Amino acid sequence: MRREQTPLQRIAADFGESRLALSGLALLALIVLAALFAPLISPQNPYDLAQLDVLDSRLPPGSRSGAGLTFWLGSDGQGRDILSGIFYGLRISLMVGVASTACAVIVGLSMGLCAAYFGGRTDSLIMRIVDIQLSFPSILIALILLALLGQGVGKTIFALIMVQWAYYARTVRGTALIERGKEYIEAATCLALPPARIVFRHLLPNCLPPLIVIATVQVAAAIALEATLSYLGIGVPITEPSLGLLIKNGFDYMLSGKYWISFFPGIALVLTIVSINLVADRLRDVLNPRLQQ
Amino acid sequence: MPAFVIRRLLQSVLVLGVMSLLVFAGVYAIGNPVDILIDPQAGQADIARAISALGLDRPLVEQYLIFLRQALAGDLGNSFVYNVPAIQLILERMPATLELALAATTLAVLLGIPLGLWAGLAPDSWQGKLIMSGSILGFSLPTFWVGLLLIMLFAVELGWLPASGRGPTTEFLGVQVSFLSWDGMRHLILPAINLALFKLSLIIRLTRAGTREALLQDYVKFARAKGLSNARVVGVHVLKNIMIPVVTVIGLEFGSVIAFAIVTESIFGWPGMGKLIIDSINVLDRPVIVAYLLVIVFLVILINLAVDIVYSLLDPRVRIGEAQA
Repeated sequence: MRREQTPLQRIAADFGESRLALSGLALLALIVLAALFAPLISPQNPYDLAQLDVLDSRLPPGSRSGAGLTFWLGSDGQGRDILSGIFYGLRISLMVGVASTACAVIVGLSMGLCAAYFGGRTDSLIMRIVDIQLSFPSILIALILLALLGQGVGKTIFALIMVQWAYYARTVRGTALIERGKEYIEAATCLALPPARIVFRHLLPNCLPPLIVIATVQVAAAIALEATLSYLGIGVPITEPSLGLLIKNGFDYMLSGKYWISFFPGIALVLTIVSINLVADRLRDVLNPRLQQ
Repeated sequence: MPAFVIRRLLQSVLVLGVMSLLVFAGVYAIGNPVDILIDPQAGQADIARAISALGLDRPLVEQYLIFLRQALAGDLGNSFVYNVPAIQLILERMPATLELALAATTLAVLLGIPLGLWAGLAPDSWQGKLIMSGSILGFSLPTFWVGLLLIMLFAVELGWLPASGRGPTTEFLGVQVSFLSWDGMRHLILPAINLALFKLSLIIRLTRAGTREALLQDYVKFARAKGLSNARVVGVHVLKNIMIPVVTVIGLEFGSVIAFAIVTESIFGWPGMGKLIIDSINVLDRPVIVAYLLVIVFLVILINLAVDIVYSLLDPRVRIGEAQA
């Protein structure tokens, strides 16, 4: 006899039915592991100036350094190993993407729930701000904030939170308004449960599925936007190079045919974004109740 | 209808006012311009003279009021670096940005609508699938990295097209443009493709979805039953009905094209407003930053306003919805 599946098991089983999504998840897992264990797996510590030798600069992929190290993906203008730079760069890119999305989800969720629960003036004030913000291109909002605040990892995360929160607020409000009219909320109200309990234990969990899908897509979008801002020189500072900044550093050498300094960090960036998007795409199908049965 | 337009107009003015305050307050809180703009070797007297010449010694509120009064008169201060009016610098660079944005939008429309139609008419053919995979790629790849690949392939490896700059310009209706001369066109191709890619993917998806929906409608079945040629059914009956959403999105996205031109201009050294703002941020040329941000915010608000009004003219449901709200 077949055992009853928990929702989580069902989601996992459904997710596994798509090979493409599974390979995306595997790739993403590899990328996250590489970022987490960067100090252990990198051939070189790119921040340790003592390990760098100017004589090793701009070597093509596969060459050996003076100290006998192999630069599998070549070396950059300071004689830094590109592969190690990518591992360390991934840490910053992923950290900025995940941290900004997590904070934006919390802000957007609170704002959306407030708008839906209180309604009236609160609702129209929050939603008007959301409307106005969404009418501006995301890169413009980030640019305004970073032009005002200056460079920095914390400031970049802040700018990305401000760019993203409106999406979540709008989604959560929409879902919450639909859920609020359903019978289980009525039942909870009849039991005279405190409002906080109704909002957080009953309403919130049922608003999560669409939020999870958007948040996954947004992690990829945030990583791409951070890379773009850092490429423009207004994102993270040179002391904490993300993938975008690594690509920027190699740009000047590209015109003389030394493609690898920009090319490989770019490949790492694209693989990260594509793998997250593959996972998000499958999650959307799995979490959409209309596609069930 | 007039009530809708007036309300929408007031809202736009309010947003512009709030943005000007934010932009000013923020920009004038970045670092100390004295350290950046004045020669560190200069004596105390020289520094004091420079500070009062730039108006940096007054209280912030006073600086803002002066700035607001002058902004309304079209004077946004002189660039610290070039020592010419900031607004003049921006306006000089604007035609280059607009030309690039228009070229990219045209390219996206001219390629996107036929490709989207094709993918919508034959969704299960390999061409249809290829077009859709391409559009997914267009969404996922960061614009700036695609730009680098274009330079690497067409400028460095093949040497067919120039990597940077705008090339010679020709005067056209009183504006300097690139697309009229062959060399200028060669400079325009790569940046235009780069900027167009994202919108191209968007238009392909919109057109495809619209086509698939339209094909199921009764008027298409009826047109086919009348024995009209396939070209006429697709070209007239289907295409006409998918144009409203496509045109709306193109209008709304034009502001975003101008904003994203910042990235493309920086990569290809295109001398437009976007490159100017990045250069100005790097040297903290605050009057130019303020002027750029206000100009682009104004442009985006103007575009949104125009699209909203045109849309409400085309679709009465929008007006009624607004009136009831």
